[in-house]
Amino acid sequence: MINEHILTFITFFPLLGIPAILLLPKDKINAARWITLIVLGVSLVLSIDLYFLYDVTNPVRAYSEARSDLMFVEDLIWIKAFDIHYLVGVDGLSMPMVILTTFVSFVGAISSWDIKKAQRGYFILYILLYVGMMGVFVSIDFFLFYVFWEIMLLPMYFLIGIWGGPRKEYAAIKFFLYTLFGSVFMLIVMISFYLFSDLDPDPNKVLHTFNLVELGKSGVLMGPFVDGFLGLSAGAIKTIAWIFLFIGFAIKIPAFPFHTWLPDAHVEAPTAISVILAGVLLKMGTYGLIRINYPILPMETANLGPYLFAGLGVINIIYGALAAMAQTDLKKLIAYSSVSHMGFVMLGMGAFNIAGLNGAVLQMFNHGTITSMLFLLVGVVYDRAHHRDIDGFGGLASVVPKYTAFTAFAFFAGLGLPGLSGFISEALCFIGGFQQYKILTMIAASGVILNAAYLLWAFQRIFLGKLNEKYSDLPEIKMREVFSLVPMAAFVLVFGVYPLPILNLMAPTLEKIIEIIKPFVG
Amino acid sequence: MTDIQGLAGLIPLFPIIGAFIFGMSAVFGDKFFKGNTVRVVSVFSPLMIFISFAIGLIYFAKIIQLPVDSRVIHEVVFPWFKSALFVSNIGFALDPLSIIMVLIVSGVSFLIHVYSIGYMRGDPGYSRFFSYLNLFTGMMLILVMADNLLLMFVGWEGVGLCSYLLIGFWYKDINNSRAGMKAFIVNRIGDFAFIIGMFTMFWVLGNATGIYSFDFSFLNSNASVLAKETILGFPAPEFICIMFFIGATGKSAQIPLYTWLPDAMAGPTPVSALIHAATMVTAGVFMIGRLGGLFMQAPIALTVVAIIGGFTALFAATIALTQNDIKKVLAYSTVSQLGYMFLAMGVGAFSAGIFHLMTHAFFKGLLFLGSGSVILGMHHDQDMRHMGGLAPRMKITGRTFLIGVLAISGIFPFAGFFSKDEILFNTFLASHGSIGPLVANILYTLGIVTAALTAFYMFRQYFMTFSGEFRGSPKDDHGHHGAHKLEDVHESPKVVTIPLMILALLSAVAGFFNLPEVMGGGAWFHHFLASVWPAPKGDHSQYHSLEISLAALSVTVALVSVGVSYIFYRKKKELPGKVVSKIPKIHQTLYNKYYVDELYDKIAVQPVLSGSRGIGWFDKYIVDAVVNGVGSVTKYVSKINGWIDANIVDGAVNGLSNLVLWAGGKIRKIQTGYLYNYFYYAVGGAMIIAIIMIIL
Repeated sequence: MINEHILTFITFFPLLGIPAILLLPKDKINAARWITLIVLGVSLVLSIDLYFLYDVTNPVRAYSEARSDLMFVEDLIWIKAFDIHYLVGVDGLSMPMVILTTFVSFVGAISSWDIKKAQRGYFILYILLYVGMMGVFVSIDFFLFYVFWEIMLLPMYFLIGIWGGPRKEYAAIKFFLYTLFGSVFMLIVMISFYLFSDLDPDPNKVLHTFNLVELGKSGVLMGPFVDGFLGLSAGAIKTIAWIFLFIGFAIKIPAFPFHTWLPDAHVEAPTAISVILAGVLLKMGTYGLIRINYPILPMETANLGPYLFAGLGVINIIYGALAAMAQTDLKKLIAYSSVSHMGFVMLGMGAFNIAGLNGAVLQMFNHGTITSMLFLLVGVVYDRAHHRDIDGFGGLASVVPKYTAFTAFAFFAGLGLPGLSGFISEALCFIGGFQQYKILTMIAASGVILNAAYLLWAFQRIFLGKLNEKYSDLPEIKMREVFSLVPMAAFVLVFGVYPLPILNLMAPTLEKIIEIIKPFVG
Repeated sequence: MTDIQGLAGLIPLFPIIGAFIFGMSAVFGDKFFKGNTVRVVSVFSPLMIFISFAIGLIYFAKIIQLPVDSRVIHEVVFPWFKSALFVSNIGFALDPLSIIMVLIVSGVSFLIHVYSIGYMRGDPGYSRFFSYLNLFTGMMLILVMADNLLLMFVGWEGVGLCSYLLIGFWYKDINNSRAGMKAFIVNRIGDFAFIIGMFTMFWVLGNATGIYSFDFSFLNSNASVLAKETILGFPAPEFICIMFFIGATGKSAQIPLYTWLPDAMAGPTPVSALIHAATMVTAGVFMIGRLGGLFMQAPIALTVVAIIGGFTALFAATIALTQNDIKKVLAYSTVSQLGYMFLAMGVGAFSAGIFHLMTHAFFKGLLFLGSGSVILGMHHDQDMRHMGGLAPRMKITGRTFLIGVLAISGIFPFAGFFSKDEILFNTFLASHGSIGPLVANILYTLGIVTAALTAFYMFRQYFMTFSGEFRGSPKDDHGHHGAHKLEDVHESPKVVTIPLMILALLSAVAGFFNLPEVMGGGAWFHHFLASVWPAPKGDHSQYHSLEISLAALSVTVALVSVGVSYIFYRKKKELPGKVVSKIPKIHQTLYNKYYVDELYDKIAVQPVLSGSRGIGWFDKYIVDAVVNGVGSVTKYVSKINGWIDANIVDGAVNGLSNLVLWAGGKIRKIQTGYLYNYFYYAVGGAMIIAIIMIIL
């Protein structure tokens, strides 16, 4: 039974934790974190199970013959009047994201252990946040996708706004409005896709749909998408739709110049929420672009991708790295490094070849694990020193060798050291990018110098040199913190040496996506 | 024993396992080995390397038994990078070139591990040191054994990482850490070019042949296809090779990216010996050898390699003349000797370059370890002006050091003579090749002048350190550092001197591995490596008499230099001072290393830093200010709107928004204006959609 509806279980099982937390007696409120950990743990185990069940040669509940890689499909009619379905499924694009989400959420729950204020509310919102994120990655129905997209916003808003740092209100509002601003554009496109789609081959009958797979088939989009509208050609309409979607997603990535909400949100958010934010949320932007823009508007993707994927991506890489170098707050530095690293994803996406797209999706996963470690580590030192000023430390290596070792590992993963996972994905993005854009990719590759520079410089200022006597008895990293870091470190190390499991997982789907776009790439 | 298969992966694996275990011990402290850390590490860390060396020997035996034209053992461990476009494996290819490198790396590394047991005794970071040293060796072995460029790059960056970690090993001194960081970042500049070369090659060759691959065997055997291709308007092979060579200038400290190496002397001396003399810095030379088939398609790039190599050799030698730090002299000497190796590669004498790489590994490893022994004996004073007359107090160190000095100076029959001579001979002959007589003659001149300078400054070093009067460390600086009386100086323990003796032996006799035919030898080394590259055109045997005269010339030059050095530093000790006072400007320039560091700081480091500050400012005060500006404008509009709303729209909307505001809790007080906005967006969006629907 569970295997039949495994995606529903993975997505919604943790909701059971909410009544359980609400029913806790006042003096047992600490158990909220255990409940959260357990329900998310169940989803985590199920997602591992899903990984082993997902086999393209032996598809389970495949969407169709042609899309046999889209599996574990559940299709129920949700709102009949508007042809809205509860349609979920996973393919090679969403599988890595599903696994990333369960792992990062689980790890985030561990690092939420020290939340003291309003625990019940925190963990309930945390679970809701998880459901929203997971829902986005498993939805195949655009409406369902949109609903989850918005669901995730609210808990995030409160989690930053209530449990955050000194400027939490500002950061929370900024995050919320910015994302919302983007999703209004998405909403418009979603509704127009619905209104102007027709699945029924009979010209006299109309059958609208939100189904993302069907929308991608030729001849499904009608009306203005074929005839034009208000004097605009069909091409122009499609281009506008593409750009609207892009704005919605680019804010999430975040692509330059829509990125300024990110450093603020990160700096104010509690550690676990930063981890979720950078580890999972940012990926929704690039995921959406690959899931929706690529197959539904392939020609516009091919036309605009060179500028808005590859071009902006390279700006992200360089601009993010230079901005990171200028920061004195460690968390802000890591936040800007995310801007830089997500640029690699965009470059890979814009390459329109299999190496680039492989690299992009792999980079989404790898950045999720690496940046999770980085934010967890910032949290560790912040908990102890109560500040994050890079110049306010010095010589910590001799006091906290274990913490230093973990940080060094994470920093070197962040700067794309070969042998660790980030290298594989960055190299694939470069290889892919190089085919299409020689000069642009060369500029992007100079990011490897800048990334090394700001990370090592920060490392040196915090850990090396003469010990700052203020911290001569800084407590070493705790077992619980180590537990939250180890799964991520394991991913980084294993996928650096042996990335085959994840490359094989995504290959069939990504090859299909590339086939769609190929005819339009000049 | 020689029919063992599938073991190649173990060669780098053992040191990496060692690195992991000793790393754990470093992190968890003494309790990890139950208080026996020093003993366990001292035995097992060198043992890991010895196992690699032993397996290397087995493979060496296997390779020798193979027929000359198929001397390669290829073992794939598992597929690594895999996409529909290409596959690159974790795979190792052992051919004469890589097996020689395996033996040099693991052999020298083993000796230096043993030496370090003595050198690092009592250091609180003992276990950490050996962990890094093991990791370095593992990475270096991956670098030389990789069967494809991507895997080689793992080793390439991996050794860079270890270099970073080991230069900054004594991290409590921020200057050491800075030197480590400089090394890593300067190397990354080279790596950036390396990456570009790698990907250009991948696509250009792939598009031309239809096969996309990073494998060396494929690249080298199909490189001729590139001749017709162009990239960004340049001939493809030239562009690619120049990019790879820029990568090499970073790793192997050539002009313009050499500045990190002298600073790298901040690391413990065994590190300088292993990484910054014998192995890692030669990776660039090896890489050109590995890609020999490709470089042979790029005559201009090869000429550039030769010119840069030749000039670096001379340039660094001039700086070495004036340095007073015992390790700094050796550092510049290393840069200079690496220049020789590139000169060899550039004139197409690949096996001569690799041969010099090997002899250099022996004699420069020896010299560095010897200097380390001196530093131990001098109680951590490195200034040669405080030394002198150490030979009687440090008999083994002194004698072995002298052998090293003789070898590097190219005195017959020590190893350096044969390898350097081979290079000079081939440079001279290059006038018949694509380089042309003018450039070849200039390069030969550079080579021979460098040889003269080398003999001079190396004997200067020997005389200042080991002969004459002991001068002693000044009492005032560093109370606990330095030796003030000759009696304070002591010879190092056996664990230090035995590696010195072994390396001294190798420095003395290694030349005979490649004894030229003209001297009655079989040039074994040359012939063993020859099968790695396509056969060169032409036959050198007609130049036998020339070879003899050139050898005689270079030995004469070296001997004269030794004599001059003897006069300067033994007979008329006032001479150096006199010379310096005649040419103070030149001396200052040399002493300050031509101010290149200062120049780079001005033209590269500072611009990047101010650029980054500029971007930081731009981000905060422009990009983000726009966002906030839009926010506040909307807020004011919404206030007006809110007034209209309150007076015109009926209470239903207000009721609903109040409900949500209540949910917003405390946040409500501060930012209510924004929450209204949300509703306006949503309502507005719905209205737009409604309008669209009505129109249709």
